[in-house]
Amino acid sequence: MSDSRPDGNEAGILHIALAGNPNSGKSTLFNLLTGLRQKVANYPGVTVEKKEGVLRLPEGLEVHVVDLPGAYSLNPRSPDEEIAHDVVLGLRDDTRPLDLLVVVVDASNLERNLFFASQLLGVGRPVVIALNMMDVARAAGFVIDVPSLQLALGVPVVAMAANRGEGVAELRAVIARQLTAPSVPRERIPLSPSVAEIVDAAGEAMVAAGLAKLDWARGEVLRLISSQKALDHRRLAGAPSVRAAVEKARGELAARGVAWHTLEATQRYRWIESVLRRARGQREVSENVTDRLDRVFTHRVLGPAILLAVVFAVFAAIFQLAQYPMDAIQSGFDATGRLALRLLPEGLMQDMLVNGVLAGVGSILVFLPQIMLLFLFLGILEDSGYMARVAFIMDRVMGRVGLHGKAFIPLVSSFACAIPGVMATRTIENARDRLVTILVAPLMCCSARWPVYFLLAGTFIPPVRVFGLIPLPAIIIFAMVVLGVVAAVLMAGVFRRTIARGENPSLILELPPYRMPAFGAVFRVMIERGWIFVKNAGTVILAISIVLWALSAFPRRPGASPSEQIRQSYAGKIGHLIEPVIQPLGFDWKIGVAILASFAAREVFVSSMGTIYGVETADSENPTDLRERLRAEADPATGAPFFTPLRAVSLMVYYVLAMQCMSTMAAVRRETGGWKWAVFQFAYMGVLAWGASFLVWHGGRWLGFP
Amino acid sequence: MQTLAELEIGAEAYVSRLDAPPPDAQRLMEMGLTAGAKVRVMRQAPLGDPLEVAVRGCRLSIRRADAQAVILSGDDHV
Ligand SMILES: Nc1nc2c(ncn2[C@@H]2O[C@H](COP(=O)(O)OP(=O)(O)OP(=O)(O)O)[C@@H](O)[C@H]2O)c(=O)[nH]1
Repeated sequence: MSDSRPDGNEAGILHIALAGNPNSGKSTLFNLLTGLRQKVANYPGVTVEKKEGVLRLPEGLEVHVVDLPGAYSLNPRSPDEEIAHDVVLGLRDDTRPLDLLVVVVDASNLERNLFFASQLLGVGRPVVIALNMMDVARAAGFVIDVPSLQLALGVPVVAMAANRGEGVAELRAVIARQLTAPSVPRERIPLSPSVAEIVDAAGEAMVAAGLAKLDWARGEVLRLISSQKALDHRRLAGAPSVRAAVEKARGELAARGVAWHTLEATQRYRWIESVLRRARGQREVSENVTDRLDRVFTHRVLGPAILLAVVFAVFAAIFQLAQYPMDAIQSGFDATGRLALRLLPEGLMQDMLVNGVLAGVGSILVFLPQIMLLFLFLGILEDSGYMARVAFIMDRVMGRVGLHGKAFIPLVSSFACAIPGVMATRTIENARDRLVTILVAPLMCCSARWPVYFLLAGTFIPPVRVFGLIPLPAIIIFAMVVLGVVAAVLMAGVFRRTIARGENPSLILELPPYRMPAFGAVFRVMIERGWIFVKNAGTVILAISIVLWALSAFPRRPGASPSEQIRQSYAGKIGHLIEPVIQPLGFDWKIGVAILASFAAREVFVSSMGTIYGVETADSENPTDLRERLRAEADPATGAPFFTPLRAVSLMVYYVLAMQCMSTMAAVRRETGGWKWAVFQFAYMGVLAWGASFLVWHGGRWLGFP
Repeated sequence: MQTLAELEIGAEAYVSRLDAPPPDAQRLMEMGLTAGAKVRVMRQAPLGDPLEVAVRGCRLSIRRADAQAVILSGDDHV
């Protein structure tokens, strides 16, 4: 029996994959089939999620299932589609050749969904079609004749409504049957005799090269003829005869006036039309719910107004709701710290645990509630279909700076925290668009910057009222927020013209129908993403926290006050060492130490300044003592106050632009598949920050500010 | 010669051919915009760009600049 399987996988373990268009219900079906027996990771080197699980079938069959990322075509245009292509064609070392493809097709959007399905029918694997969303199709007035569709496609078709569990039992049974008696579908795309002759000649070359069987070679050949990228693919590197045959076919087609690059899509859709003429009752195109909602949500005036209201509501909810768990986490860490101080003997170990591990990881984990809530709202926006409308409304504006409309929400999210912002870029299909968005996201004013701005602007900017109305510190802080946005826009433009040049990134975007979000699934994703963040905090961030702690704890001077200890530590020495570099910005070595320490997270700047200046109660909520101490600090050269408004502004500008956040770096590393872009981002933001602060400091001096 | 970018909102026409670089044309066709397909402009975004286009029962957002590459004809004779 196992001989009849397409490839000799290990006996007993069968491999199947779920493939289909985005939004066809693959994930829902995957969850139904595998239950909780699943694991989520990333494909190595890319930011595409790899979801695997185990399906137990009645006859004791254990089936390994992968949920492939959504794709519109086997000719990839995004990392997601690339993965789908590679797994389906068995080109990846980390996935096994498939024993069966379960193609999920949205019955309410059958025509377009059948395009990808028709490609998948021609890759030489057994196929089962899961005709999902039958409830939606029925409600929309489609009458689908399933037996006739099955006959036309030549593979089993199971009608389903995965969100209600309808049809799942039958799908399991059909999967089991297909696995025990597999059969590979024959290619069915009809071609005119003259074209067929040319195409099938190239097909024979594929068969000769061992890349296809005669039964189904035609589909793959069509793809190779029409797509240069498919023909240039590395899998054909060892088959020059196939390349030659395809090029010959192109020439012959051109000689007959057939445009070869349109051949595949044209012929497939022609076939789909003929299939649907038989299998689907015609229906009247009437205005549906989605159209009525879109009249409002994408209305010239109402659309943007609603979008603004949604963004405000989400932010208000995040900051309101996150406050309680954040306080709880903070006091949890504080209490654990106090407990450790009491239980552990005084010494290195205790110091490391309390001031390194707990303080460092604690300062990151307080953001967890914000991040989880943001993911919750992002999930709801995405699943309801509203996210695509946001992209639709904002595309014009974002397009101006070379970004996709889909970059809007990740960038807005970054006003709360860049980490979910960076992770939310996953919805951007185009890799370059995604990269540019990730690179500029941390320039948005995240919530960790506020304590820094409040401390500096509140302490050193005179609280005069401009026009007798708005306090100057508020204006300065607002200017910092604007500066971040302006920098992001400019840098996006620069990256688009330099490192991320290339083909039209945002050709086309599907506007799916509005749907009631599946809260269970949204919740699940929120937990998954939150867990990824915690794992990051547990590894990279833990390590960096310990390093930062060690820098300020060594060399040790027992009995020294915290402020003396840090002054003579390696951190203090590094502060002195980098003083020449930061002096042109108006900073001294003490600020250098605080900058170094706040690489953990920007808001750590406040408590670090507290430690350095020997103020014990540097509470970031209301650091009154620290404020007085800083105001009293004298410039050693002149005796005048060291912290002038100009110096404070220069320092704020530095914090607007510099990448002072190791968790974001960890997230960027994860999302871009390596340290390269994280380091690049750190470097460009550092250069930008240095340059801008330099201009502020020297420009201000030149204008006569102290 | 009319393009999709010029089609009035609410009006219908048929795709005649695509005048885009092959990789872009390929994706537009894969999304359903092959010769003979019926298209209809549903609406434009609040700022006038992109367009929402209905084709083969689904809704797509396409920038005007790209819609210019979609050449239309009044009937479906390719
Ligand atoms: N009405 C209805 N909704 C469904 C059905 N199957 C899935 N859904 C819903 O459709 C939405 C999208 O489903 P997903 O399972 O996330 O789709 P997907 O194909 O994995 O989408 P991507 O992750 O974007 O590729 C969710 O809100 C589901 O609850 C169905 O048969 N009927």
